[in-house]
This record gives sequence, C-alpha cells and structure tokens, in this order.
Amino acid sequence: MIYLLCMILFCIGLYCIIIKRNLIKIIIGMSIIDYSLFLFLVLIGYRMEGRAPIYSQTQQVKNLVDPIPQALVLTAIVIGLAVLALMISIAIRLYEKYGTFDINEIRKLRG
Amino acid sequence: MSSMLPLFVAFPLGSAFLIALCKNKKFADFWANLCTLVLFIMSLQTIGILKTHGTMVYKMGNWAPPIGISLVLDGLTVLLLVTVNLIAFASCLFSVGYMEKYTAKSKYYALFLLMLTGMNGLVLTGDMFNLFVFLELAGVASYALVAFGTEAEELEASFKYMVLSSIGAAFVLLGIGMLYSYTSTLNMADIARILSYRGLSVTTLFIGVLFMVGFGIKAAIVPFHPWLPDAHPSAPAPISAMLSGVLIKALGIYAILRVFFCVLGFGLNPAFLEILRILGVLSMMIGVVLAIGQWDIKRLLAYHSISQVGYVILGIGLGTPLGILGGLFHLFNHSVFKSLLFLNSGGLDYAVGTRNLKQMGGLKEKMPVTEKTCLTASLSISGIPPFNGFWSKLIIILACIQARHPGYAFWAVIGSILTLSSFMKVQRYAFYGAPKKVMKKIKELPPCMQLAMIFLAIICLFGGALLLPMFKNSFLQPAVQVLLNGDKYAEIVMACLK
Repeated sequence: MIYLLCMILFCIGLYCIIIKRNLIKIIIGMSIIDYSLFLFLVLIGYRMEGRAPIYSQTQQVKNLVDPIPQALVLTAIVIGLAVLALMISIAIRLYEKYGTFDINEIRKLRG
Repeated sequence: MSSMLPLFVAFPLGSAFLIALCKNKKFADFWANLCTLVLFIMSLQTIGILKTHGTMVYKMGNWAPPIGISLVLDGLTVLLLVTVNLIAFASCLFSVGYMEKYTAKSKYYALFLLMLTGMNGLVLTGDMFNLFVFLELAGVASYALVAFGTEAEELEASFKYMVLSSIGAAFVLLGIGMLYSYTSTLNMADIARILSYRGLSVTTLFIGVLFMVGFGIKAAIVPFHPWLPDAHPSAPAPISAMLSGVLIKALGIYAILRVFFCVLGFGLNPAFLEILRILGVLSMMIGVVLAIGQWDIKRLLAYHSISQVGYVILGIGLGTPLGILGGLFHLFNHSVFKSLLFLNSGGLDYAVGTRNLKQMGGLKEKMPVTEKTCLTASLSISGIPPFNGFWSKLIIILACIQARHPGYAFWAVIGSILTLSSFMKVQRYAFYGAPKKVMKKIKELPPCMQLAMIFLAIICLFGGALLLPMFKNSFLQPAVQVLLNGDKYAEIVMACLK
C-alpha cells in the first residue's frame, strides 16, 4: 500500500516537470521524484517491528532491518544534493541572463 | 595484475582534486595531459592482460563479491576502456590550446577528469549501485561542462540536459531498487545467477522497461533524444568530442548492453532484439534527416551522433556474431571520427569565430591541417573506403542481409548516402569556394591542437586494420564473445573468484 504512495509521489514529480513552465517549479518536481525514490529505497529494507542491524552474541539474528538500502539511500541523497545545487545555480545564472524564470521566454535553442 | 583496475578510477579522481586545488595553469595543462596519457597506455595494456589472464575480478577492500564491490575486466570493458581513454587523451591535448580563451582552465581540467573517472568506473564496475554512482558522477561533471561558457544558450542547454538526464537517472535508480528487492543482492553476477533460475517474469520485464528508458535517455536513442542537439554543441569543443564520442556510449550503450545481455539475461531474446533494431533504424533515419537542414556545424554533428548511434544499436540488435561485431566496431570507429569532427569544428570556431557554415568559406589554403583531417573524418563517417567507417558499416549491412533483414540493410544504405550528402555540404561551405573578405587574417591552429587532430585522423585511416585476425582476436572478438555468451556472465565471474 505504502509503495503506492511512492508511485504517486513519483508521478506528481513527473507531472510537475512536464506541465510547469517555471524553472524553480521544475527543480521542485525533480526533488519530488528524488524523494519518492529515497522513500522507496528505505521501504525496501523496512521490516515490521524490526530492530537495528547490530550484531552481538547475546542477541538472536532475527527480524533485522536490512541495512544495505539505508546505505544506498544515503549515497543517493548526497548525489541528489549535488544535482540540486548545480540545477539551482544554473537557474540563478539563467535568471541573470534572461530576467525571468519562465521557460516560454527562455528559448534561444530550438531542440 | 588485477590490482591495476582501481587505478583507472583512482588516478583521474586524485588528479582532478590535485588540479582543482592548484590554480597554476601550466601545471594543470601538464598534469591533465600526463594523466590521460598514462591512462591511455594503461588501457592498451589491458588488451594484453585480457589475452593472457582472461576475465579478471578485483575485490574492493578484499570483501568477497556478493557483499563487497567488485571491478570486472572482460572483453566488452576492455573495448570501452580503450575507446574512452583514447578519446580523452586526444581531447585533453586539444584543450591545451582551445581552452585558452576561457577563464578557469584548472577547473575545466578538474571537471574533465571527474567525467573521465565516472566513465572509467562505469565500464569497470561489477555492482549495480556502483554503476548508478559512476553514472551520476560522469553525468554531474558533464552538466557543469556543458554550461562552462556561461552564455545564455549554454546555460539553457545545460538545464535542459540536466532535467532530462536526471529523469533518466531516476528511472535507473528505481530499476536498481526493484532489482534489489527482487533478488536481495546488488552484485551483477549474483543478480544474473538468481534471475537465470527464476526465469522471465513480469517484474524483470518492468525492470527492463525502466532501464531501457533510463539508459535510453543517456544514449539519446530516438524517442529520448531532444536534449542532445542542444547540449553537445553548447559545450566547449573538446567536451563536445568527449560527450558525443564516448559519454553517450559509456553511459548509454555500454550500460544497456551490460545490463540487458549480462545481468537481466534478455540477451538473445528475439522480441528484445526486435525492439533494439526498430530503435536503431528510427535513430538512424530521424537523426540524419534532421541533420541535413542544419547550418550550425556543431549542431549538424550532434544530429549525426544520434544517427550513428542508431547504426550501433541496429548492428547489435541483429544478434548474430557478425552483427554484434559490426555494431561494436562501429562504436569504436564512431568515437574516433565523431571526436575528430568535433575537434575540427572547434578548430574552425577557434580560428574563424563562428559556427555558422554560411559565414565560412575558402579556408582550404589557410588551414590545411584542419581541412585534411576534416576530410578524412567526413569520408570516414560517410562510409567511403578505405577509412574505418566503411568497414564497420559494410559489416553491419552484410550482417543485415545475412540475418535475412534486407529491409534494414536498405535503410542503412540510405542513411549512409544522406550522411555523405550532408558532409559534402560541410566541406563545400567551410573549406572550398571563394574566400570571404573577413577570412584574410586567419592562421592555422596551434601545434598541440593540430597534433590531436592528426593523431585521430591516422586512427581513422588505419582503423580498418583492426579487422585483421591478429588485432581482431585480441580486441574486438572478446567483446563480441561477452555479448554472445551473456547468459554465462555469472559463471565466468564466479569462476574468477575461486
């Protein structure tokens, strides 16, 4: 059920990127996609009433949370941050050049 | 011997930080060129190592692979390593002269080497998540490099590229997450082993679609191509050469081949190959038709990249040994001549100050080296004998006929003729004809830029020799074998660990 939420978030982000005409809103859409993926990765490792995956001789190895997706999500967050920072800095430079965030007016290239 | 593998990642990564810290321009020139030269020589050595030792696996931090990250050197990796480092060396040499007009040369080299790190790491890694990390590393560096000139068009192209490419990376990450939850492992060989006994299911098909979209955006295959004709021309010329020459191949085509043939095991599934062929022909034709009408030389070249990637995909999509050989050989050849053409366009831009073909003309006497090398590359991309492009296109067309797909062969020939016509336009308008009055003061390029172009032109001229048995058996054939025996990838890698 909660995976459905990830999917909905992902689609909201994609919708935002495709429909919105404002650079900042596109960046927000990009972040929403990233967050939906982080949520998805963390959920993969989640166990109902699980405990932290620390090994000790007194405890049984039972019902541990999977630690690998947590390591993955940390890496993915750092990468996402780098992309986000670069995107925002380029959006600022674009604003300096064009004086607007509207992508209908930022079109010197024809694609 | 396997201890040499992490150097392909560590050396450029360390050099990038060293150059970024040290602001001295001369030092940056020297060190970056030394770094790429050493990497190029090392990559040539891997050919010999592969021949004597076979497939090799390096365990990062000595953790056994299903848990730790591994680096895998096999035929396909060697082919890509040599291509990437060859083009990086030539582009870096060209940058010495070309990047003089930009400020912050040391930052440029730092980003360049980071991008190289990402590509080397991506082709070496044997771990799915590691593949994503290197994909993003190369990607982020290339976004910054496309915007390096910070003019309005460059920023705009970079933003467009970044948004589309990040969506691609998001699809890849989603695919990796699903693959992990399905198989509980991230090691490619281990995933391949588990998927091979679970067989084809709806989950693997869905993961396949996610990867196809993700890597398809990176490779600029036709429905996902709109970022490429903006992003590649906007970057500085050596970076255009890197992006068009190797980035779309390492991040896109290599990743598709590795993931689909070796990991997911779709390899020789007829439906999958049919999809590859259709995408290939679409890219080939749409790219070349859009290219003909262009007057901006770099934009024209960028559209041709889409078209030539189509040839590679078509060749591999045939699924026969000959077709895969042709596709992979064309991948190598395209890297060489497309990089050379982008360096030529950069040279024209450097000397004349414009990229518009209509404003050039009569440069033949003024820039003989640029003219000769550009002619070599143009004939090569159009498939004129004896240049390397002819041989790979010939193999692809023969393989189409051999695999009983004469329709695809027909389209490949048409695409080749259209390519020839558009490059005749380049030659005619840039180099021949009456010189324009403003062209009086133009001089030939600085020696290091000439050297880089001559180096690539020689490879274009003699590239066909790679088909001789002595070169073919050690360079191209192992890569073909990796794809043909994609379902045995897990066994081969596991055997190396014992």
